[in-house]
Amino acid sequence: MIQGLFQYEFLQNAFLTGILIGFLAPLLGVFIVVRRLSLIADALSHVTLAGIAASLLLEKYFLVLSGLNPLYLGMVFSVGGSLFIEKLRGVYKHYQELAIPIILSGGIGLGVIFISLADGFNTDLYSYLFGSVSAVSRTDLWVIFVISIAVVITIILLYKELFLLSFDEEHAKASGIAAKSIHFIFIIMVALVIAASMRIVGIMLVSSLMTLPVAASIRIAKGFKQTIFLSIIFGEISVLGGLFASYYLDLAPGGTIVMIAVAILVLTIVYKKFTLKNQISQGGAAG
Amino acid sequence: MKSQAIIEIKQLSYRYEKETVLENINLAVPNGSFLAIVGPNGSGKSTLLRLILGLLKPQTGEIRLFGQEMSKFKEWQQIGYVSQKANSFNTGFPATVFEVVSSGLTKKLGLFRFFKKEDSQKVYDALEAVGMRKFSNRNIGELSGGQQQRVFIARALVSEPKLLILDEPTVGVDAENVSAFYQMLADLNKNRGITLLLVTHDVGTISDKVTHVACLNKHLHFHGDSDEFERHQSEGMSEFYGMDVHLISHQHDHGGVFK
Repeated sequence: MIQGLFQYEFLQNAFLTGILIGFLAPLLGVFIVVRRLSLIADALSHVTLAGIAASLLLEKYFLVLSGLNPLYLGMVFSVGGSLFIEKLRGVYKHYQELAIPIILSGGIGLGVIFISLADGFNTDLYSYLFGSVSAVSRTDLWVIFVISIAVVITIILLYKELFLLSFDEEHAKASGIAAKSIHFIFIIMVALVIAASMRIVGIMLVSSLMTLPVAASIRIAKGFKQTIFLSIIFGEISVLGGLFASYYLDLAPGGTIVMIAVAILVLTIVYKKFTLKNQISQGGAAG
Repeated sequence: MKSQAIIEIKQLSYRYEKETVLENINLAVPNGSFLAIVGPNGSGKSTLLRLILGLLKPQTGEIRLFGQEMSKFKEWQQIGYVSQKANSFNTGFPATVFEVVSSGLTKKLGLFRFFKKEDSQKVYDALEAVGMRKFSNRNIGELSGGQQQRVFIARALVSEPKLLILDEPTVGVDAENVSAFYQMLADLNKNRGITLLLVTHDVGTISDKVTHVACLNKHLHFHGDSDEFERHQSEGMSEFYGMDVHLISHQHDHGGVFK
């Protein structure tokens, strides 16, 4: 495969995109998980599906649009969906989590209608659902690269505000932080990264790349920065390991990536249990 | 350091819909004092704090902060606030004590400004002041309720406020540590010259640590310094909550009302 990486452009595209996604998804995922918004990724990925289906449908009826990368309309839908979630969270102040299933089912409903209008599934759509290595184009890579740069700069500039907002939203608002605008910027970044990630892992599995590495690192990390760092490490191990394994074993890459992330999660839970037990027995011996 | 009152309240009343929660409150908090406002649940303590913090607008009366009228007051960073909710945060949050306390500088540093070395020193100073320096690398969730409360006080202290307002700070502090906790506050008041205002419903432990006491139950009765408060208690009014009800039923203006 290493040889193939030098030979085939599609493998390069897949690997470089994978490295970017393995970095971006857990980075944003940390903020999502600690704010208990884990399901937002699921909702937005389903909205992205509607956008992609819409793009494929338009492609069919308007030849002019046939060159359009479905990723773009997917992103537009994803960002639109994130804005709706924010609006709905305002409407249902006491049931804020309700916004997520509303948007999730709305996205699926719309997506299914577009798919049926386009006369059902085709292979292209299948690759968006479950991810595909061969489908990643050079343009996809560039789009995701630009998104990565934008996200990293934003996170660095707004780090302390995002931290305070995540840790203690009440206090953030009381101390006069522009909580609304910052949250708004954050949610748009999430929408973009979700749309970008689905090329590799597929819509069904995007949210796992945002939550599983974080779920693992939260068990063992000390502090917030270390949680981010470990999440990214776990994310990269999952993506790169998954791409290699799927290449050699001829498995679906999205599924393999997710299963490696699950394996890491299980290992951290076992590790934590083991060290805790050790600490207790040591403490008992000393006392 | 006498004279100027940091908080000055005149003829303040507040009502929710039909129910009057605060009536004709007069109070002046002298610079450098440590004032405890005690009162039973539902006595309007939290409402009074929210009014002082500008989160609610008074319907009648006036509040002055640092000599300025509330509507013109801009220097909110002079006031540190530790809410009662501080101990109901997500205890699984993966942040170290250091990270939590440094988040207290977010507003002061401002947008797009980074945390610098001298800011770390401020964080350690604040942790030192609450006796939590050696815990700076621990995750916040690993600490006891009382230790967490100290960390939240450090978070408020790190931006160097002149006035610190605490809402029921001993909720979640183990009974045997309450006294040490108040001692820590008294030290902050004495050594750093920070004016402290706290509301609480526990009367027993508080009186020997604070400099002033006021009782609140819709009306406010200022007892001046804590000696005077103790004298009131020993004059057969040790059943404090009963005393308050008694005063209200007579509707008389207590002689000790400060203005």
